[in-house]
Amino acid sequence: MMAKPGIGSQTREERVTLKHGAGGRAMRMLIEETLAAGFLDRSTEEIGLAALDDGAALRIGDRWLVVTTDSHVIHPVFFPGGDIGRLAIAGTVNDLAVMGATEVLGLTSAVVIEEGFLHSDLERIQRSMQETCREAGAKIVTGDTKVMGRGELDGIIINTTGVAIADAVVSDAGLSPGDRILLTGPIGDHGIALMAARRGLGLEGELRSDVAPLNGLIRRALDAANGAITAMKDPTRGGLASALTEMAEKSRVGIVIEEAAVPVTPVVRSAAEILGLDPFHIANEGVAVIGVRPEAVHAVLDAVSSHPLGRSCAIIATCTDEHARRLILDTGIGRRLLIEPEGEPLPRIC
Amino acid sequence: MPDKRVRSSANELKFRDPSQARALAERLADLCAEVGREPISLMHVCGTHEQAIAKYGLRTILPKSLDLIMGPGCPVCVTDMPEVDEAVVLAEDGALIATYGDMLRVPGTAKSLADAQAEGARVEVVYSAAQAVDLARSTQQEVVFFASGFETTAVATAAVALQDDLPPNFSILSAHKYVPPAMEIVAQIPATRVEGFVAAGHAATITGWGIFEPFVERYQIPVVVAGFEPLDILAALVRLVELIRDGTPAVSNMYPRCVTREGNRVALEQMWKVFRTAGGRWRGIADVPDGNLRLRPEFGHLDARLKFDIDMQRLWQLAPSALAERCICGAIMSGLASPSDCELFGKECDPENPVGACMVSSEGTCKIWYQYGGRPDL
Repeated sequence: MMAKPGIGSQTREERVTLKHGAGGRAMRMLIEETLAAGFLDRSTEEIGLAALDDGAALRIGDRWLVVTTDSHVIHPVFFPGGDIGRLAIAGTVNDLAVMGATEVLGLTSAVVIEEGFLHSDLERIQRSMQETCREAGAKIVTGDTKVMGRGELDGIIINTTGVAIADAVVSDAGLSPGDRILLTGPIGDHGIALMAARRGLGLEGELRSDVAPLNGLIRRALDAANGAITAMKDPTRGGLASALTEMAEKSRVGIVIEEAAVPVTPVVRSAAEILGLDPFHIANEGVAVIGVRPEAVHAVLDAVSSHPLGRSCAIIATCTDEHARRLILDTGIGRRLLIEPEGEPLPRIC
Repeated sequence: MPDKRVRSSANELKFRDPSQARALAERLADLCAEVGREPISLMHVCGTHEQAIAKYGLRTILPKSLDLIMGPGCPVCVTDMPEVDEAVVLAEDGALIATYGDMLRVPGTAKSLADAQAEGARVEVVYSAAQAVDLARSTQQEVVFFASGFETTAVATAAVALQDDLPPNFSILSAHKYVPPAMEIVAQIPATRVEGFVAAGHAATITGWGIFEPFVERYQIPVVVAGFEPLDILAALVRLVELIRDGTPAVSNMYPRCVTREGNRVALEQMWKVFRTAGGRWRGIADVPDGNLRLRPEFGHLDARLKFDIDMQRLWQLAPSALAERCICGAIMSGLASPSDCELFGKECDPENPVGACMVSSEGTCKIWYQYGGRPDL
């Protein structure tokens, strides 16, 4: 690919920037064009790298081995509603869960620590990982530890890998026209809470990250659906807009979203409006998007709503064969396209 | 049981009520039918209006015969290249440039402030003129506040300029613009055929709606002052088409909860005490007589243009970007073209690598189209 010329310099060489890690369009291009190049074998029924799904699903007899891995970096390490330890467990458990693998066989934990990191902070993170594992019914079965010099990384990086066995897997590409889409909880809590904590916005008291393991909630949804769940995804970085864009593109359907139906807490709505951010673009760590065939949607809605993390679950969208691969937002007043963010959304400056 | 923390309605504010919006849209369709010709071209002159129109999907409920154009309504977008060049030169010569975030990526002749910053110059983003003064108090370095914005923002700069005991290392490089003369320029462009203007409610909060009366008198084009919620905008469009149908050009204030005939007298007094109007180029559009706000001679001690010898020749010797010559921001801001008419839009030009200023600012037409996916038929 030719490097794209920048302003003022026609020869600037293309480099990886922060936007390539923000979960939006830029990150997907980097993965598809560079990191996954050569591994994109589409000939198999298994879910591998070519699917660019939340994890992989490999055949073992008539069952599936589901594997996923995720490196967790976050600033600040301790934030309202959670910390990097809780995030490292919940993030990986959720990636397994949205593939239909809700019973975790085991997790690995590889920790890279910066010289000078406080021992007490490490213990606090460890306790948080234990507690989150208990919530998820999971355990860490092996790990690795490295320490690097001061300034060589920012505090701590935790990589977790999860494995699980499932009878059936759910991809993020199975939507059909007519399918309804459920959102299990309010969007924007995690990203807005982090931004408020980083920038000292004075809103922190009411804002909390939603980071939580969702495998219990998703188990209820799968049991109630009786095979009618067609796709799932957790809308983390890039927000709901990125998750739904990926699902629409891979499933080749259009998705019409009713804005008024999308749960957003008043404090997140206000904070986003003040900062000039769109809640659809903000990261979440404790909600899932579930595509369901129309006949089962109310059964799944009831099942999810009965779970403590799913109390504000709502039907937010419908898949269509019109406007394939695009998201249409019905604002209640008119309609517009919903575009996934290019990179990390930044608060409006003026 | 639903979670009590969550209220599901995105439109619970009364100025966003969908059923009232539909009623207004129906009224608008009836009025356009009564006018009976098309297109009826209306222009708004405010990026915040375009943001609201795009965000709420208003264009999908407007009658097909109504052509709602965005005019030169973004102060960042109309900041001319030489104005950016002045700031770049000052930064390269060792001053600390304090400015609003949107100004960082606005391309100058050869580079933007962000480019200068990447090369080592000090550029700080501030949220207000007062913050720039605080910066000056915290350093020995010369701090230049690169001031942009329409009259709404100019009054805040004026309030700071009028403060006693400003630090001696603080000065102002004004790129402030004054909207009313620009409306005259656009009204005079024959190809735009604008039949009515939607005026920006926040600017009118300062200037008062009375300021548009001479304009209406001279050009016989109605002006309606509008707020920024979807119902504000729809109601203003209804009023504008009523005035067109009746052939009674007038100024109408559809934002009475904020705007008065006289405006904010205290703010205006301060603004005109500090600033005078001056002619000058609005990027890509035209020379706009009286379209710029410059510091009055009494405030020469604060004027970066007098305080420093700004030599822009060295920038002008550098080759300008070849891409910039293909940019049609000027035509877009004059209402003569759409971003989709531009061969650079979404390809060589995007918010990360903007070629034109319209792709930089959150109030720029191209940025808004990029953000909301343009105007597809939905």
